[in-house]
Amino acid sequence: MKYSILFILLFFTNLAKANEVLSVNIPDTLAERVKACTICHGAEGKHSRDAYYPRIAGKLEGYLFNQLRHFRDGRRYYQPMAILLENMSDEYLQEIARYFASLNLPYPPPESITLQSSEANLAKKLAYSGDLKRNIPACSACHGKDLMGTAPFVPGLLGLHSTYLTAQLGGWHSGGLIRGKITNCMADIAKKLTYEEINAVAKWLATQPVSGKPANHLPPEMAQRCVSIVSENGEAR
Amino acid sequence: MIPSMRIIARESKNNFLFLVYMLTLLMVAHTAVVNASPENSTLSERRQAQGEYLARVGNCLGCHTAKGGRPFAGGHRLLTSFGTFITPNITPDKETGIGSWSEEDFWKAMHEGKSRDGKLLYPAFPYTEYTKVTRADADLIFAYLQSIPVVSQSNPPHEIRFPYNSRPLLYLWRALFFKQGVYEPDQSKSDEWNRGAYLVQGLGHCNACHIARNVLGAIQEDTVGGGQIMGSNWYAPSLTSRQEAGSMHWAIEEIIELLSSGVSQRAMTSGPMGTVVRQSLQYLSQDDLRAMAVYLKSIPESNAQPEVSYPEMPENVRKYLAQGEKLYKRYCEGCHGVTGQGASGIYPALAGNRSVTMTIPANVIRSVLNGGYPPTTAANPRPYGMPPFQQIIRDEEVAQVVSFIRNAWGNRSSLVSAIDVGQSRGSSY
Repeated sequence: MKYSILFILLFFTNLAKANEVLSVNIPDTLAERVKACTICHGAEGKHSRDAYYPRIAGKLEGYLFNQLRHFRDGRRYYQPMAILLENMSDEYLQEIARYFASLNLPYPPPESITLQSSEANLAKKLAYSGDLKRNIPACSACHGKDLMGTAPFVPGLLGLHSTYLTAQLGGWHSGGLIRGKITNCMADIAKKLTYEEINAVAKWLATQPVSGKPANHLPPEMAQRCVSIVSENGEAR
Repeated sequence: MIPSMRIIARESKNNFLFLVYMLTLLMVAHTAVVNASPENSTLSERRQAQGEYLARVGNCLGCHTAKGGRPFAGGHRLLTSFGTFITPNITPDKETGIGSWSEEDFWKAMHEGKSRDGKLLYPAFPYTEYTKVTRADADLIFAYLQSIPVVSQSNPPHEIRFPYNSRPLLYLWRALFFKQGVYEPDQSKSDEWNRGAYLVQGLGHCNACHIARNVLGAIQEDTVGGGQIMGSNWYAPSLTSRQEAGSMHWAIEEIIELLSSGVSQRAMTSGPMGTVVRQSLQYLSQDDLRAMAVYLKSIPESNAQPEVSYPEMPENVRKYLAQGEKLYKRYCEGCHGVTGQGASGIYPALAGNRSVTMTIPANVIRSVLNGGYPPTTAANPRPYGMPPFQQIIRDEEVAQVVSFIRNAWGNRSSLVSAIDVGQSRGSSY
């Protein structure tokens, strides 16, 4: 009995020593540091394992940085993101945003959803012309003629899943938990949309192939209308 | 040289001269300011700077700032078992802050737990600890708080449940549980030890979390004995227990490292403790950190459990753990290692990790569910993180893998079930 205890003790002592020797070798890279992100957003942020998690690779740095701060500071709500980012500095979030923005990876083919021609027409009209009578601008007015976003803060709309797009527009529309805490031009616009329009736009956007580039500037009237987004640069608002 | 280039050269030379001129001006101005400072940096400015440091130690900002809100303007929601407390604005705004308070008013709040109008304060404001703060330090903190930018912001009232919303009950509570009095140094101990005890028990209010509370929210023991953090599913481990976070067997340097950087060779701060490191502890002077470490290390380990001999595991338990092992190999081993050895200062070792084996499994379950990054600090500005596995695996699987790591590589602790995992979800923090 005594010997067996001694043996067990010795075994554990040796194990403890072995542990020190075997310390896992971890690469000193940002890719390693952001594994907590890529487990959901896909390896290298390329695609998602689940339709809901959006692609973050290749998005505009300014947009990513703002979203990271919004999640951390409670302006955009999603509990897993809020908990992850709770104690991270602006400097580190900026570095992480720069990293994902710099990834230049091929896009997967667009989602294959069948749209009725009336839905497609409605979506195209909203995307490129808007509905001026209801003061709804075209998506392309802010998100660029290619719908690939406008530097530095306005995100591209292509290469995202319809589920994600519907959830975001729906969140703004209903003032729900996810997006309802932000009052800005996008929330105003989404509130004017009908559910039919939200579904049509989300589905249509998800079926578009990704091509083109982000625009460089917002048109002046949109910069004015979306001043709270444009002025987010570095401001702790 | 072609003419246009000459012009550019002349222009850049002029620019250069202008720059030198401006720099000289700046330096002269700067020197003037520096020279003037001993006289002009008035006593009050120096007091404000000292007060700012003490406010960091007491982490006033942490509770008196809403998520993403203006500093010290209040509005932070403190969830407790009695309801939600909404912290007040402590900027020097006369209407909505403490701009019309006097030093005496502030002292009454800190020392006696009474508001300016004589109303008793709820002990969500940790005056049960702040009462140990000296008058001199309280005055310095007040001087600082009166110097910060004014923010006009009214905050909503507390949402406290019946019967706790009756302030007269506080008289009773205080009579039973509040001991007023400034920290009294223990003459048999060193100045350093006493400084540490003053910071840990008083201004640092470690007891606000690291203590078991009774159903009335009162502290049950005298010393940092560990407890469930109110309104969250985190457990603040006992600082007096070898099985939890007692540091009697730690080197002073390692305690300092953990408190100031958020990580050390064998430990990592997460959850509310990570926040305390980010907001407060990382800014402490080396002397104060050392004093705290000396005091913490000296706390005797009170509830050392006797060595228990474990019976042989029954077959069904071994099967359950084998399921957990499979999951471990798939999701965890890449970072935490084949023998749970971890990577020093990057990914914590799980073998021999007290957070893993503590009787109350709340923290290890939360870490698997939510993942997280240790705080960014000057010493660890780019931390590595743990993914939120609730996005990837089911509660039953979380229970299996947690049970496995609690019983592998020499670890031995109770099994956890999917019900335990479910109970650890659902709080906002």
